[in-house]
Amino acid sequence: MKLTGISAAVVFCATAAIANPVTPGDVQFDEYGAIQTSLSGTMGDAASGAKIMTSRAKGNCVACHAVTALKDAPFHGEVGPTLDGIADYRTAEELRGIIANAKMTFEGSIMPAFYKTSGFIRAGDGYTGKGAKEEDLTPILTAQEIEDVVAFLMTLKGS
Amino acid sequence: MKFKAMTALAALAISAPMLFAGGADDDTLTIDGQEMITKTAAPAHMAETGIDTIMSGWHFREDDTQAMQMDTFDNPGMIAVDQATDAWNTVEGTAEKSCASCHEGPESMGGVRAVYPKWNAEAGEMRTLAMQINNCRTEQMGAEPYKYEKAEMTAMEALISVQSRGMPVNVAIDGPAAEYYEKGKEIYYTRYGQLELSCANCHEDNYGNYIRADHLSQGQINGFPTYRLKNAGLVQTHNRFRGCIRDTRAETFAVGSPEFVALEVYVASRGNGLSVEGPSVRQ
Ligand code: HEC
Ligand code: HEC
Repeated sequence: MKLTGISAAVVFCATAAIANPVTPGDVQFDEYGAIQTSLSGTMGDAASGAKIMTSRAKGNCVACHAVTALKDAPFHGEVGPTLDGIADYRTAEELRGIIANAKMTFEGSIMPAFYKTSGFIRAGDGYTGKGAKEEDLTPILTAQEIEDVVAFLMTLKGS
Repeated sequence: MKFKAMTALAALAISAPMLFAGGADDDTLTIDGQEMITKTAAPAHMAETGIDTIMSGWHFREDDTQAMQMDTFDNPGMIAVDQATDAWNTVEGTAEKSCASCHEGPESMGGVRAVYPKWNAEAGEMRTLAMQINNCRTEQMGAEPYKYEKAEMTAMEALISVQSRGMPVNVAIDGPAAEYYEKGKEIYYTRYGQLELSCANCHEDNYGNYIRADHLSQGQINGFPTYRLKNAGLVQTHNRFRGCIRDTRAETFAVGSPEFVALEVYVASRGNGLSVEGPSVRQ
């Protein structure tokens, strides 16, 4: 009993220490804004990524981007470029970086950072309009949700 | 480096859809037969924004919503105007006066909406229309102030706005107003909240584009108060500001706060030249 408990704890700590999930403050962007390693350490699930992209409470990516493969979810926006065929010219590492914090790739981008918890002006408690303490902020998407979205985007090939 | 260069390209790609997404339509707004100025040259102080034509939010709405604003009987906001006409003539407060005791009919308010917010030299204060209405209530009538965003206040603003319908907005930004203009401008360009979006990101960089199902306008306030079909009621300028900031996952400012008064001065002045349309109708 006792031993099993300890070994489980050791295994858990070891995994956490070596890999993941990487906290928003510890994310390493390369000089182009890409993130080389998985944020969660677990493979992304494309089907879940598609749901996150259309859910208002999650990524709501289609608010700004048109994606033909997601046309069942109504109303796609025009604020950002279409993401059709994105996997033809972006790598998973680049996409991960763009979703986590697009401003590291596109200076001053309008696109929100989905894996960031500090450095905001008057951050709110979700969409309540009330203030939130910085230490209470959670990223808009979790590490795994970002991996899921990356996995979905990697399915968007042009031809 | 490669990607930074892409940014410039992407930026071009963003502004491009504005040209073919149609942006504002070319319809003409008449209200009870009177033609409104809904598109006109941007005021000189907007030169640095890159916007050369300012447009009423009316142009960005669906045809059926647009139609409701074109006829007084179809405009649900006009019910509040009738209610406020009664309030205008109602004696209240310790001075036993009504608005009519000092101002005669509501038509004496012609031109007022067009120049608010306005500096009050005597009080040394920048006043929104709501603040001025309450000042009359407390100082002239000895009555209780209306709550800033309560129905009575919004209705009274609607009644006063109707008297200026069609007149061009002409809010002063010089002299004592200059510091409010500057402060409001700073707020307009600040990227608030966890989504880090400013008013300008949506209403300057992306008007004419859709953000999900919403067709972004220039965020003009010449049509306020506005009857929102979604709320089934009239909303004031500061309610709209608060909603837009809340939607960036930010802590908003309060209705009637000094920040929103300054923002109103700035946003109103971006509409200088457009007709007063209030109460307008929006989705
Ligand atoms: C508020 C608007 C907005 C939202 C929401 C948004 N984006 Fe973006 N996105 C943009 C804009 C604008 C760009 C163009 C880059 C720039 O800023 O120059 C962009 C660029 C991108 C790119 C790079 C496209 C290219 O051609 O290289 C990807 C990939 C992307 N977004 C994915 C997403 C995903 C996935 C989500 C949701 C998790 C999302 N975006 C949410 C506005 C948005
Ligand atoms: C995330 C995008 C976004 C941001 C940021 C934003 N707004 Fe808006 N705003 C909207 C949308 C969507 C509407 C409804 C459609 C329209 O009229 O543009 C709207 C409507 C408005 C309207 C009503 C216009 C009319 O004709 O009825 C005003 C005024 C306005 N916004 C002002 C502001 C101000 C001031 C700020 C900053 C404090 C701001 N908005 C920030 C999205 C935004």
